[in-house]
Amino acid sequence: MTDLNRRGLLAASAAGAAFGALPVARARAQAANTIRIGVLNDMSGLYRDVNGPGSVVCARQAVVDSGVTARGINVEIVAGDHQNRPDVGVNIARQWIDRDGVDVILDVPTSSVALAINTVVREKNKVFLNSSAATSDLTGAQCSPNTVHWTYDTYMLAKSTGGAMVRAGGDTWFFITADYAFGHALERDTANFVRAAGGRVLGQVRTPFPGTTDFSSFLVQAQASRAKVIGMANAGGDTINTIKQAAEFGITRRGVKLAALLMFISDVHALGLQTAQGLVCTETFYWDLNDRTRAFTSRVVPNMPQGLRPGMAQAGCYSAVLHYLKTVADMGAAQAKADGAATVARMKAMPTEDDAFGAGTIRADGRRLTPAYLFEVKAPNESRGAWDYYKLLQTTPGEEAFRPIAEGGCALVRS
Amino acid sequence: MASETTAGAIASPRDEIGFWGFSKPQLAALAVLIAFIAVAPYFLYPVFLMKLLCFALFACAFNLLIGYVGLLSFGHAAYFGMGGYIAGHTAKVWGLTPELAVLAGAAFACVQGWIFGWIAIRRQGIYFAMITLALAQMVYFFCLQAPFTGGEDGIQAIPRGSLFGVISLEPDMTMYWFVAAVFLAGFLFIHRIIHSPYGQVLKAIRENEPRATSLGYRTDDYKLVAFILSATISGVAGGVKSLVFGIATLTDVFWAMSGEAVLMTLVGGIGTVFGPVVGAAVIVTMQNYLAEMGAWVTVIQGVIFVIIVLAFRRGIVGEIANLLRVKL
Repeated sequence: MTDLNRRGLLAASAAGAAFGALPVARARAQAANTIRIGVLNDMSGLYRDVNGPGSVVCARQAVVDSGVTARGINVEIVAGDHQNRPDVGVNIARQWIDRDGVDVILDVPTSSVALAINTVVREKNKVFLNSSAATSDLTGAQCSPNTVHWTYDTYMLAKSTGGAMVRAGGDTWFFITADYAFGHALERDTANFVRAAGGRVLGQVRTPFPGTTDFSSFLVQAQASRAKVIGMANAGGDTINTIKQAAEFGITRRGVKLAALLMFISDVHALGLQTAQGLVCTETFYWDLNDRTRAFTSRVVPNMPQGLRPGMAQAGCYSAVLHYLKTVADMGAAQAKADGAATVARMKAMPTEDDAFGAGTIRADGRRLTPAYLFEVKAPNESRGAWDYYKLLQTTPGEEAFRPIAEGGCALVRS
Repeated sequence: MASETTAGAIASPRDEIGFWGFSKPQLAALAVLIAFIAVAPYFLYPVFLMKLLCFALFACAFNLLIGYVGLLSFGHAAYFGMGGYIAGHTAKVWGLTPELAVLAGAAFACVQGWIFGWIAIRRQGIYFAMITLALAQMVYFFCLQAPFTGGEDGIQAIPRGSLFGVISLEPDMTMYWFVAAVFLAGFLFIHRIIHSPYGQVLKAIRENEPRATSLGYRTDDYKLVAFILSATISGVAGGVKSLVFGIATLTDVFWAMSGEAVLMTLVGGIGTVFGPVVGAAVIVTMQNYLAEMGAWVTVIQGVIFVIIVLAFRRGIVGEIANLLRVKL
């Protein structure tokens, strides 16, 4: 490369750096009737298909369906990628609130990021509608008057998969547990529900985390225990690898149920029915559940990235934005913008109602109650078409599925 | 690698060392830096700038080792992250004031650097890098399991507290001046180290260790002290960062964070005093302002890295210095 070219490149890169350092010019004028919603999630990593751009699509659909535009309320939606890093997430959220006048932070997968955003939103008195994070601390020890936890949490997953599975006949369990706090908690909670429902836990094995890729010896141990259900107290890539290797061993074809404690329909789509058949998991939304979920799905699918069907986290974004906008229309945009805690209090006072989840309520601790469905993944010959993946095994009503309000230790309800 | 980066720098009268070890061009660059730090918060978002300064200090600390001793540590996240955890824990649970919390984080990183350095400096090159990486991964697994770190949730809601128990750091601007002061102190300290007689010995070791030994220097001792200094300053940067954001999480002890220090230093220019600052600015700015572009952040970061490595081997500041024929 010649010297001239190098200089040109150098100048160009310096100019690029200078340009990048300039604040992105945005309208700072805050019209009192403009609501800004910031969708903060994982646009590039592990959870992209679980939330990512699909959540933005669902939030936009909620704006259309709410009909608030006709009532003179403008809604703007911005999106950001927190890259699953708390510091990046906090930086974006603070900047959105301080500089860009964002009123609502939506979605936010990854517990560490969600808990950090929870603190920021409370400090700034805005609204935090969390759909994608699993940690039940959001409505427990770290609950906040500005936060609603919308779609699911670890307690409910453990209760539905553990308790309902026993009722469906899977009464002896063996756990494959990722060896860190999250895995231990998931195993402990699920085991308690299994025992409470009259089942037995025959054993467990701890897998090193992160970095375990070969689960074969753990699966052999699980199989040797002769348990009817193998519970996977892990997440993400660990779950996927365990399922794939279990399929190679033909474990599920021999009648043993594989129970995933944290699993989304996009994971099933990625695995394929051949591999995932017989798998059991809990979700609060399935696109093919009833006429209303199918109607909702047909509205958003044309805009979904890569033709994905919405999963529960994305449907949760739709439902949360819809309910929020109803509340805003009810109390007036100016008031809703001024006081996040008051807005959330009004949201709690109103029952939720939408196509994706049907009727629901929001508890004083910020937990939204919605039924939990235990699904089994269909075998390839049972599936009638694209995305026909689940058959319903059991339904746990919202009031039973989530942790009782008194056990969470939320300071908002102690008084 | 290290000798290559300095071979291009041509000695000229302009490189005469003057005030506090600064040559005239360096003084000019320092003036620009200070002016930027003083003016920037009125135009740019202070929290973003604080993050930038924390990473700049971290990259400077890393550069002290790679640029001036020629040791490529691939485990600096261990000191950065533990500095953050210790500062966060002491500020939140023990209720220490912010300056003491940061000092506690730095002290821990110092001891950690001492032990890890003592083990690692016995080997060179790739072996040194792998030992530091292995030790850092041990720290990562410790943080994943230890109760006080909160596992994958991290330490949340760390209070910024009041400086010396008097000045509240809750307002972003007050916190910004605190961070700026810490950064400048750290930056000047590193500059002073490099331009001290001790720093000259370090450079001698970098260029030719056997010759330094034959001249009577106990090179292991010099390397160990440099390692400890670098770890301690990384701990300071990590501690300040955890106070700025109010969180200390696994991200900061993960090996990818060590990689980021390498990336920032490479982009800015290895072995230049100002390089890591510019490198940190470029990387943090990209992460921040490109966040809306989603998946493209990592792609763009990768492309820039490839361009830098292929076209500007000396890094941004290194190339500018070479163009102007000065040392920066």
